[in-house]
Amino acid sequence: MFGYYLDLALQSLRRNKVLTALMVLAIALGIGACMTTFTVLHVLSGDPLPGKSARLFYPQLDPRDMIDYGADKDPASQVTWTDGMNLLKAKRAERQVLMTGGDVPVQPAQSGLEPFLSDARYTTADFFPMFETPFLFGHGWSEAEDNGKARVAVITRTLNDKLFGGKDSTGQILRMKDTAFQVIGVLDTWRPNPHFYDLNMGNYAATEDVFVPLATARDVRLERDGSMNCWGKGSGDAEHLEAATCVWLQFWVQLESADKAAAYRTFLDNYSKEQKALGRFQRPPNVRLPNLMEWMDINKVVPSDVRLQGWLALGFLLVCLVNTVGLMLAKFLRRSGELGVRRALGASKREVFMQLLVEAAVIGLAGGIGGLLLAFLGLWLVRLQPADYASLAHLDLSMLLATFMLAIAASLLAGLLPAWRACQIAPALQLKSQ
Amino acid sequence: MDILPILSTLRRHKITALLVIIEIALTCAIVCNAVFLVSQRLDRIHMVSGVAEHELLQVELANIGAKADEKARTAEDLAALRQISGVTSVASVNQAPFSNSSSNSGIKLDPNQKQSTLSATTYFGENTAETLGVQLIAGRFFQADEYKELDDVVKAFGAGDTKGVPHTVMITRTLAERLWPGQQVLGKRLYMGSEIPLTVVGVVKDLVRPAIWDDATAQYSMLLPIRVNSGRYLIRTAPQERDRVLKAALEKLKQANPHRVVLQKRTWDEIRDKFFQNDRAMSGLLVGVCVALLVVTALGIVGLASFWVAQRRRMIGVRRALGATRGNILHYFQTENFLLATIGIAVGMVLAYGINLFLMVHYELPRLPAIYFPIGAVLLWSIGQAAVLGPAMRAAAVPPVVATRSV
Repeated sequence: MFGYYLDLALQSLRRNKVLTALMVLAIALGIGACMTTFTVLHVLSGDPLPGKSARLFYPQLDPRDMIDYGADKDPASQVTWTDGMNLLKAKRAERQVLMTGGDVPVQPAQSGLEPFLSDARYTTADFFPMFETPFLFGHGWSEAEDNGKARVAVITRTLNDKLFGGKDSTGQILRMKDTAFQVIGVLDTWRPNPHFYDLNMGNYAATEDVFVPLATARDVRLERDGSMNCWGKGSGDAEHLEAATCVWLQFWVQLESADKAAAYRTFLDNYSKEQKALGRFQRPPNVRLPNLMEWMDINKVVPSDVRLQGWLALGFLLVCLVNTVGLMLAKFLRRSGELGVRRALGASKREVFMQLLVEAAVIGLAGGIGGLLLAFLGLWLVRLQPADYASLAHLDLSMLLATFMLAIAASLLAGLLPAWRACQIAPALQLKSQ
Repeated sequence: MDILPILSTLRRHKITALLVIIEIALTCAIVCNAVFLVSQRLDRIHMVSGVAEHELLQVELANIGAKADEKARTAEDLAALRQISGVTSVASVNQAPFSNSSSNSGIKLDPNQKQSTLSATTYFGENTAETLGVQLIAGRFFQADEYKELDDVVKAFGAGDTKGVPHTVMITRTLAERLWPGQQVLGKRLYMGSEIPLTVVGVVKDLVRPAIWDDATAQYSMLLPIRVNSGRYLIRTAPQERDRVLKAALEKLKQANPHRVVLQKRTWDEIRDKFFQNDRAMSGLLVGVCVALLVVTALGIVGLASFWVAQRRRMIGVRRALGATRGNILHYFQTENFLLATIGIAVGMVLAYGINLFLMVHYELPRLPAIYFPIGAVLLWSIGQAAVLGPAMRAAAVPPVVATRSV
């Protein structure tokens, strides 16, 4: 029976090509717009470390003085060197990492390459195991290298391709800021989205190309980059950052369970009290311990423009659907005569209803294919955009399937009312008027 | 034209009529808000900067090796840049307007205040105001003996030495009006951070911040007499000389010290372009969606009107046979569409207002100005009339003889 309905549907659609094209176009436009924006939203609001993110936490303290104090204010969004080092050395968590962003002048050994500036991350050893970074060659460094201010570096695959032609470069020398660093590891392609561990670099920034131990970076006076917030006598002077009353470092911890997270919170609270007793902190303890995804929410990582585009696309789809309902209704009602004959020959209301729904579904399928093509076009246009997330806008399998599901569901929904109206026709009346 | 027969016909086609109304209402609501969003973005894109728009060049350099004598190096660079013919002014600055990275400071009017009055950006550099081309509206620019080296200022500040820090400041008109509304501001005192007192010696018309979180505070800028040696240069020259001067500047700087990399080399037009590129992209997208919406709605009206015309061929034939002119038939369909559009627009206005309320809550948008309602109405009316014209003309062409045929 389905085959017969399909045949009828195709015949009917062929009979009025303009109307069919209009309906397919309307659905395709609506679906295309929705899938483009939803794909972008899907990519941007994704979990950068699935399976791990719930166990990663971003401790916040409030080390500032009483100027601009308010009981309801958020704690500082980064930590000072002193607090960062204290928390790092306390080792109260499974793993902990202290870091900041920066840029380093890379001096290639090859004569053909001019020196260039590369984004860098100055971090302590746990960065690699904690964020489960994939290594192509070699490995990260250990606490010993951190403490010894070792001149070692981990580079990304991109930089390794550029400088060493993609070969295993571990053990090679990389010159940066007139200092020789030994390459000990090469990261395989790794781009967590969002750039969760340091949002100051841009919410969807690419992964830094060079990783250097934090203590080494300070020792060589590599340029830091990112946000810095100072109070009191803090001035952000690069020579005295260790003692400055400025927050400029990101601190992450890995805690395996809710109990451990609660314990860590207590630890932070006690630490704040202790620092206040010592006179370093002036504000009452104000600690928070958001996990990774909570931290993304707090910072409103997904651009509001993208969410707005999602709403806009949804509104657009709605108009397209109303449009399709109208056109389908017109089409079905024009065939009252034909449907009357079918009913008079013994087809039940249900069967006529099914027949018309099949026709709606065919339109939906065609609209879905059109919508998919438009979504590809839309995403290509998104990738041409200047935003830092642009290059991430790709359709994945789940979104591909969702496109078709949405298209068919939408057109079936659009077909319900017209099909129901068309079934209500009294066969006798239709036959008589002929 | 009699409206009653049209209404009685529409009553027999409730669902179809309702669909047209809903479609027009949704389109009207979305288009009104989208056009409003576009106008907001366009306002932003045309934000006043206060600087000599087409005369500025920005060059940024970073040292490859360790820091040498930066002070001497900067003096050497500036001297070299000044030698280039066509250069009217150069400055070594800490930041540039619209360049996205900024240093800001809390300001107080009384050192004992618990909360800062506001936060403003701080522009440093000798000759910065002159090079940027900001317009002085009261007081004066800084004099040569007022300038202090940033390193010395930092040291003095750390040691609590109030002599070593600057004592004067220039502020924008907006900032002056916000701090001392309606008052004479020259000679007034403000406090930066916790304890640096600064006397206002000049007021400039406009000077935009490097990074803007809130458009209302975009003009909260101060200039301080502090020399910086950070490798960031602003060069001012005649608009037609920019390309040549930029090339010459890079060459000179490379000559002066080849041991560094160029981070930025661009005209100020490019800076502005980059700063607003997201707004431009979003406006383009919104305009695209509006056009698509209007086209879809128009096509929908064409489709439904054609259906109605086909369905009522006999009725039209009868009316023609009974003496209705082609014009009567044409007007009949036009009036019908006008009625539906009017109801749709009325519903759409309410909806537009609702969407605007939603956007105000979630996207910090201002209220939709009333002017958008009549514009939206006229737009939808014209789209409706344009769409119905074809089918209506076809209806008018139906010959009276149709009345005598049985389908």
